[in-house]
Amino acid sequence: MKFLYCAAALLALAACAPSTAPTTGGGGDEKTGTLNVWLYDEPNRAPKDKVIQEAIKEFSASHADVKVQVSWVPTTPARHEKFKGAFNDPASAPDVAEYGNTDLAEYAAAGGFAELDLAGEDLGADLVKSATVDGKAYGLPWFIGIRALYYRTDVFDELKLKPPTTIAELTETARTIRAKKPDLYGIAVGGEYTFGALPFVWDAGGDITTLDSPESRKGVKAYTDLLSDDICPAQACASLTGGKTVELFASGKAAMGILGNFSRSAVDAGAVAGKYKVIPLPGAAPGSIAPAFAGGNNLGVMKNAKHRTLANDFVKLLGGKAYQAKMYEAMGNLPTLTGVREELAAKDPFLKPFLDTVAKGTKFVPIDPAWVKIDNSKVIPTMLQKVATKQATVEEATTEAAAAVKAAFG
Amino acid sequence: MYLLPTAAVLGPMFGYPLYMLGLLSVFDYRQAQVSGGEPTRFLGFGNYARLLSDERFWSVLVQTVVFAAALVLATLVVGAALAIVMDKASPWARTTLSLAALGAWAAPAITGSTVWMFLFDADLGLVNQVLGLDGYNWFYDKWVTFGVVGATVVWHSFPFVMVTLYAGMKAIPGEVLEAAALDGASAVGTFWRVTMPMLRPLVTIVVIQSIIWDFKIFTQIYVMTNGGGIAGQNTVLNVYAYQTAFGSSEYGLGAAIGVVMALILLAVTLVYIRALYRTGEKL
Repeated sequence: MKFLYCAAALLALAACAPSTAPTTGGGGDEKTGTLNVWLYDEPNRAPKDKVIQEAIKEFSASHADVKVQVSWVPTTPARHEKFKGAFNDPASAPDVAEYGNTDLAEYAAAGGFAELDLAGEDLGADLVKSATVDGKAYGLPWFIGIRALYYRTDVFDELKLKPPTTIAELTETARTIRAKKPDLYGIAVGGEYTFGALPFVWDAGGDITTLDSPESRKGVKAYTDLLSDDICPAQACASLTGGKTVELFASGKAAMGILGNFSRSAVDAGAVAGKYKVIPLPGAAPGSIAPAFAGGNNLGVMKNAKHRTLANDFVKLLGGKAYQAKMYEAMGNLPTLTGVREELAAKDPFLKPFLDTVAKGTKFVPIDPAWVKIDNSKVIPTMLQKVATKQATVEEATTEAAAAVKAAFG
Repeated sequence: MYLLPTAAVLGPMFGYPLYMLGLLSVFDYRQAQVSGGEPTRFLGFGNYARLLSDERFWSVLVQTVVFAAALVLATLVVGAALAIVMDKASPWARTTLSLAALGAWAAPAITGSTVWMFLFDADLGLVNQVLGLDGYNWFYDKWVTFGVVGATVVWHSFPFVMVTLYAGMKAIPGEVLEAAALDGASAVGTFWRVTMPMLRPLVTIVVIQSIIWDFKIFTQIYVMTNGGGIAGQNTVLNVYAYQTAFGSSEYGLGAAIGVVMALILLAVTLVYIRALYRTGEKL
């Protein structure tokens, strides 16, 4: 009898599926009240906050009955929980949110953001693509970060070396440096540094979705060749993340590093301040530039926004020309608008290698929820680490990674 | 009737989460489903089929079982040895030892793991400085990594074993030991033939507890190996479940791993209890 009761209870319970947020409803188009804005909380927030406050002042001047309330969202993985919460519960959703462009596909598939009209914006095609899912744009690219090759001028001068112009030269130079100065890594690279490795793959003609192609394998080999005892030993480098390579270069332990324009302040605060230069990361062909990853942040209007028009207006203002330039001055973030970037290049020579890289065309991760899965299950780091630690050959590791990528796409 | 208050607490506290876990595990339930972007689909045992046909799941499972078994053994040996030391030591030494052990016990897992991680840091760690191994990366080789993480886990969990067994030893009537001594039994003989059998119920509890704890190990691995080590070589089942459920937002599949883990632990516990009944002991 008892068993029967249990079975009956189970059957009754099984009828109810796990909860799902309503697919329709939510959101509105109120013209007054408080506009809620979520922005990423950067390590040095004060200058960003200052720019935002300026923008709010300007916005309030033209919208008399509107208050703008900014909340700071952590950039740690905990941000996903916050965003998911906002998608699931319309009441807690902000109107405008800043988000990392690699998170876009996941958020779009979850139905979190409203479509945005990017026509008439001064944006390159690569960047528009990085904000678009299935032909619909879900955010205005606000700024990007580009990586290039930092190198130590003092070490290069002392050893009479020239900055590398091809990947082969880069490898050779790195090897020479470590041979002559064994306490230095030839170049700081890491097994967990996905966006340091991808330019090598892209330059060879490969891509994330075709990791087992001959082109991708060439790129993976070129990168993992750097993770060897005579350049950056796997024992020390296989577990390094991109952030750790910045530390290594800044503290003077490496002669080169693949660092972003956003790492400039970290390097200037380290031991190598004033003793480094930046050039675009070379490709395999002489004089070519390896395609860089166009990582950055977008401004989006939430589907659950209660002030749709106001939110659009605010995004247009904050993502517009004037405030992109101000954000660069405050934070060093590269503007997405082509015109603003050109003006800045003329003013600040530090930006030239990064802008040259952008001009040669940037690449992006697959805009699909699968990317979040690929990234979180560390498919690419696992592949690099297996090769670097000689647990697998390039062929085996790339075949395995390609299978994992395929599985993630489902 | 007297069980009703217990049931009232246990039902909602354990029953509901378990029920939800089981329910989620039979649905295609990802982030898109949670926030309503796509409809939820009933999969039956689809998630389980996918899991059981996944090679990675099996290798992680085997790795987890071996690692947990080694941990249980090490924890018991260290805990029991120190319990004996405590029993024999002078009051001063006993107090010092128990204070040190309680410190380890009281340390939150994250704090302990982070401290151990710093101790074994390649460039700045105390261990490398003392041993003169500059730049040696303790978290590079799979087994060395498991060794260091295992030591941390044992350090966290031996105090429970030690204190429990010490309390048990103290509860053994002096006359029994005296009788054994009068019969001419050696210290070792007394331990194996008198003390151990009398401690058996306690040992059982400690073993089951340790198995459950060590099988579910998460924090130490997650913190010390940055979520599973180089190329994921140090992943254990709980970390794997976490990455599947929350990293990849595959809540359904993650729940299935959780259910499998719960079933394995349930089986372990049942087998152990049965074995005890068969030998005539009662818990």
